[in-house]
Amino acid sequence: MSFLQFAFYFFAMILIGAAARVVTVRNPVKAALYLVLAFFSAACIWITLEAEFLAIVLVLVYVGAVMVLFLFVVMMLDIDVARLREGFARYLPVGAVVAAVMVIELGVVLTSGRFDLESMPRPSGHGQDYSNTREVGLLLYTDYVYAFELAAVLLLVAIVAAIVLTLRRRPTTLYQSPARQVRVTKAERLRVVQMPSESRNKENQGDPS
Amino acid sequence: MRLSDLQIWTITPEIIVAIMACAILMIDVAMPERARKTIGFGLTVSTLLLAAIAVVVGQDAGYTIGLYGLVVQDRVSDIAKLGICLITAVALVYGRSYTEERNLLRGEFLALALFGTVGMMVMVSANHLITLYIGLELFSLCLYALIALHRDSAEATEAAMKYFVLGALASGILLYAMSLLYGLTGTLELAGIRQSVSGFSADDLPLAVALILVIVGLLFKLGAVPFHMWVPDVYAGSPTSVTAYLASAPKIAAFVIILRLLAISLEPLLEVWQDMLIAVALLSIGFGNLVAIAQRNMKRMLAYSTISHMGFFLLGILSGDSVGYSAAMLYAVIHAVVSLGVFGCILHFSGEGFEADQLDDYRGLSKTDPWLAFLMLLFMLSLAGVPPTVGFYAKLSVFQAVIGAGLLWVAVPAALFVVVGAFYYLRVVKLMYFDEPVAKTPVRSSAAPLESRALLTVNGLLIIGIMPWIGVIAEACRNAILLVGS
Repeated sequence: MSFLQFAFYFFAMILIGAAARVVTVRNPVKAALYLVLAFFSAACIWITLEAEFLAIVLVLVYVGAVMVLFLFVVMMLDIDVARLREGFARYLPVGAVVAAVMVIELGVVLTSGRFDLESMPRPSGHGQDYSNTREVGLLLYTDYVYAFELAAVLLLVAIVAAIVLTLRRRPTTLYQSPARQVRVTKAERLRVVQMPSESRNKENQGDPS
Repeated sequence: MRLSDLQIWTITPEIIVAIMACAILMIDVAMPERARKTIGFGLTVSTLLLAAIAVVVGQDAGYTIGLYGLVVQDRVSDIAKLGICLITAVALVYGRSYTEERNLLRGEFLALALFGTVGMMVMVSANHLITLYIGLELFSLCLYALIALHRDSAEATEAAMKYFVLGALASGILLYAMSLLYGLTGTLELAGIRQSVSGFSADDLPLAVALILVIVGLLFKLGAVPFHMWVPDVYAGSPTSVTAYLASAPKIAAFVIILRLLAISLEPLLEVWQDMLIAVALLSIGFGNLVAIAQRNMKRMLAYSTISHMGFFLLGILSGDSVGYSAAMLYAVIHAVVSLGVFGCILHFSGEGFEADQLDDYRGLSKTDPWLAFLMLLFMLSLAGVPPTVGFYAKLSVFQAVIGAGLLWVAVPAALFVVVGAFYYLRVVKLMYFDEPVAKTPVRSSAAPLESRALLTVNGLLIIGIMPWIGVIAEACRNAILLVGS
């Protein structure tokens, strides 16, 4: 077994184990963390496939940004895990049928002879001076620069749409207004009350005259 | 490759509109509350006019491919871009007071409308499946948000949800079709696809699947029967100013992408898709016209009428020659102008807290506002296809094309359903001219802004077929299509 094969089996086993834990673990925070592990192992496998740039992007974007956001959401929302698991037994038969069909389909495709080692030989690797970051960048910023810019506009529209649809002032919500807080004067905050001095004698209390 | 080889000027109008949309978003934040609406609105309309001028100045009689093959500029894209910019600008002017009264006229509304226009312009000048798809998504995304902007209205939210879900489904289908086409032909460029497809035999199964999915995706977006379920809900549920926007210019964009994807790239398969489109076109014309009769809601009725008009438009496409394509293009342009006018009338008539979307609201309009009623009469006659109006010329050219293609048996039922359709258009005329006004109908036209009334008048007069523009446009469409075909 070459080192590359060993690395593949090592990361693949971690990947499958982590993926299985994502759906079986009870605590949603732990599930999210297992998903991070799964993404990371997948990135390692991509590196063995010479897709270094995509692997690093996967770690940066999915692990660094998306999953952290997921964790925030999971921690901030009050998710009732027991309620989510309620229908498990009820949905099990349908789920099992869908899973079985998918396994059969995969089996048919994989055993059809089009995916064995003869018909899918290992592609010859690139030389040492080959950088796939550079290649991706060249394509993205020359041939597809227009599509790339348009995708940026599309994302801008998505942001504008999301904000405009969710952000609105409700009259019942309480707001802080820093500008008004800064401008506050003594007269608004402090009220000096004139009152006669009180005697220590308890018998005089409640008798204002 | 030097920068000048990029032909970046082919996308000048898109660049202008996109930059100004971003600027309007920013200006809107910085402006004081009162100046906001006037300045933002003025900037939006002048941006669209500027883009229209840019199209005219940069027009190209030939066939230019730019930006590494992602973009094409030809007569068709020029005419379509010009139409899209002008029609969108007019639609925004019509909708101004309506939108303002419902407190929707914010910087985001205007920016989304502009980004949607960019999406349409990208679509009409796409020479590559990626550009085409991104343009389509850009436009659709803006439209979903524009519809949902009216958050206090349950109908608008429902319409946006339905449109979003079905639109996403249609996008998925179209994308799958594109991936199949890519897999089969090995290229994403439209000209390359055409070349590669002509090498296939017509009964190649994967190609047939790709073709069917392309057609289903496009017809979903177009709203033809049997993929029309979203049209009435979206037309009726959206704020009327958004309905005016989505019922007019997008039809031109839809024509161009159908032309480029189906009629040009997949023309070698003409015999296969012609039969499918015949079925869809006849179903749309029949179903749209019959169901429209039962509607009491004006916007719903117009939605079903649009479905039937889309059927006519497909009749032009399925003729499969340059006569048919130019007839379809003329039909799309005229339909956009007429729809713009009809929704302009509805917008003009509705006021604060009054939607003017029931047919009964139009009872006796000729007595309360004779000029508006007259304009509405012109639009209705044009939709019905009565001779002095442009609607007649549009239908005539489509029928000529269909009969010229030897499909007389398709033309006859279509013509019969035009007669059926005349009933519900004329019913509106009857309500306006022969019924007594309903006391509760508020008359607001005097308060409506003058500029939209003036534009509406121009719009109405354009509909009378003696105007020379119709010949000019018909000629331009014919020349444009001939160039593309060669």
